[in-house]
Amino acid sequence: MSARRVVVYWTAFSVILALLIVAPLVLPEFWRRFLTEILIWGLLAMSSDILIGYVGMVSFGHSAFFGLGMYGAAAALLLVKPPDLWLAILYGLIAAAGVAAFVAYFATRLRDIYFAITTLIFSQIFYVIIFTWTEVTGGENGLTFSRPALAIPGLFSVPFTSETLHWFVLAVVTASYLALRRITQSPFGMVLQSIRENEARTRAIGYPIERYKIAAVMLSGLFAGLAGVLYAIQNRFAAPDFVFFLISGEVVIFNVIGGIGTLVGPIVGAAFFLLLREGFSRFFTEYYLIPVGLIFIAMVIFMPQGLLGFMRRWLNQ
Amino acid sequence: MGIPLEQLLQAIPLEQLLIQTVNGIVTGMILALVASGLTLIFGIMDVVNFAHGELFMLGAYVGVITLAATGNFWVALIVATLTIALLGAAIYVTTLRPLLGRDPLTTILATFGISLVLQNYALWQFGPVARKIQEPFTGHFTLFYLDYPWYRLVIALLSAAIIGALWLFLKFGTYGIWIRATTQDRVMAQAMGIPVPSVLTVVFAIGAGLAAASGVLFGPLVGVNHAMGLDWVLKAFIVVVVGGMGNLGGSIAASIFIGLLESYASLWVSPAQAVIVSFVVLILTLLFRPTGLFVPTPK
Repeated sequence: MSARRVVVYWTAFSVILALLIVAPLVLPEFWRRFLTEILIWGLLAMSSDILIGYVGMVSFGHSAFFGLGMYGAAAALLLVKPPDLWLAILYGLIAAAGVAAFVAYFATRLRDIYFAITTLIFSQIFYVIIFTWTEVTGGENGLTFSRPALAIPGLFSVPFTSETLHWFVLAVVTASYLALRRITQSPFGMVLQSIRENEARTRAIGYPIERYKIAAVMLSGLFAGLAGVLYAIQNRFAAPDFVFFLISGEVVIFNVIGGIGTLVGPIVGAAFFLLLREGFSRFFTEYYLIPVGLIFIAMVIFMPQGLLGFMRRWLNQ
Repeated sequence: MGIPLEQLLQAIPLEQLLIQTVNGIVTGMILALVASGLTLIFGIMDVVNFAHGELFMLGAYVGVITLAATGNFWVALIVATLTIALLGAAIYVTTLRPLLGRDPLTTILATFGISLVLQNYALWQFGPVARKIQEPFTGHFTLFYLDYPWYRLVIALLSAAIIGALWLFLKFGTYGIWIRATTQDRVMAQAMGIPVPSVLTVVFAIGAGLAAASGVLFGPLVGVNHAMGLDWVLKAFIVVVVGGMGNLGGSIAASIFIGLLESYASLWVSPAQAVIVSFVVLILTLLFRPTGLFVPTPK
């Protein structure tokens, strides 16, 4: 790749990041919250893109990782007094990683459609457990808790405002993006992409593809769990609805709309979807999924590359 | 925990066990009818139809409307089947045919989009309140201490009859042979003069019609509402995987197996938790026999 394209890429990256940093200072409260939410859903979609875009496995079970991240954070915030931000993240990641290990072990034995269906059914298992285990999870009502303070132990501790929350989420999402980008360009990421291109040949060369797939699902689950923790911190509740497979479906929609295999595409897809929902729900109230669904079908047929698909090579340089 | 098995079994009287067996077979047969449509579409077209549950639900709604207009359950059953079969054909031609030759995963995405649209359309059109389909006859017979409705047995028999007819059609009917030829080799079938695009459309229509028929038949047992398809499509997916993808006989066996297991499980736990039993069956199947429980061991 040429040096000039690198400069253009990082300039664009810095400009967008700068805009996102300044945004909460100029936006009204509603849109500030909306932007933070886009970033969180974008992180979830980005985690799923690791599987869809780089390994070629469509997961319909990301709601399980996301939801377990939420409930893990909830456990930390409810059980440990005073609530601690970093402990919430740790618990959420452990919960999501545990579930991801379980799902990865079984689901990676299958390919294509079978993988998709298996992940979907796994997420439903966790949904039923969380929905019916009322004593621990609060059942249908979910759990509510208070938001922890933004703190670095020994240095400072301040309560979150909507601006600092936005910056915190932005920092986590940016760091995740850079980490995932680095991972997809590493030798490990190259093996994942070669599994996508030709699984039999990758196996023949001598890579233990089962282990690579398990690692990919766990990595993806970990970042999905992180998104769940952020969502729990933003909204101060955890509910079984977020484990239900419709969330997984929306994540796949974000990916397809935004463009798979680009990492930023899914964030753009999430933004596009949430804006469409916001726009259409003014006219169609709760039936906004009718026009959104039609747009989605049209994009699957006529624009399989998604909004950012045309920039795929450039973004992965 | 720690309760010996004999004690657990003693706590359940034999009559209750037999009642659950009948219940399990009845739900198993309905499940088989739903799953046979799904497995037909999958086995022949490589399309995983995520919208199958919505076709089931819309079938039930068309049944509700026709029943209200004509007052005859059987007319409603036939009208619903035909209407949804036509809708299925329209869906196939507009959204799935353009995806022919692309990655089969794109069909999951497209049908998922369809299911969102149909489900929200039903919510918009019919509202969130569940509708009721009146069963065509209300007779009961005595099963131990229970008044067991005849209608449940009739559903099981009717499902078996519909599936049997489908099997005969596929085995001996001219068009059935066309369908099987298309499954085996699409290009060769085309070369022999079989109109493959129409065959695929018709298969999708038949699958949709089967979903609608099961929706109407099952409507009287539960309420008809916009989200009723979700549960069924998940169960049908489990059945289709456990039975061996695209294998009609296997999915019927798996349906009855899962139906029985869930109704026995509901002796001990709530029906919502009994679902987990079928999830566990699925996981074990994937671990030990990923090609399906009810297919011969691949050589």
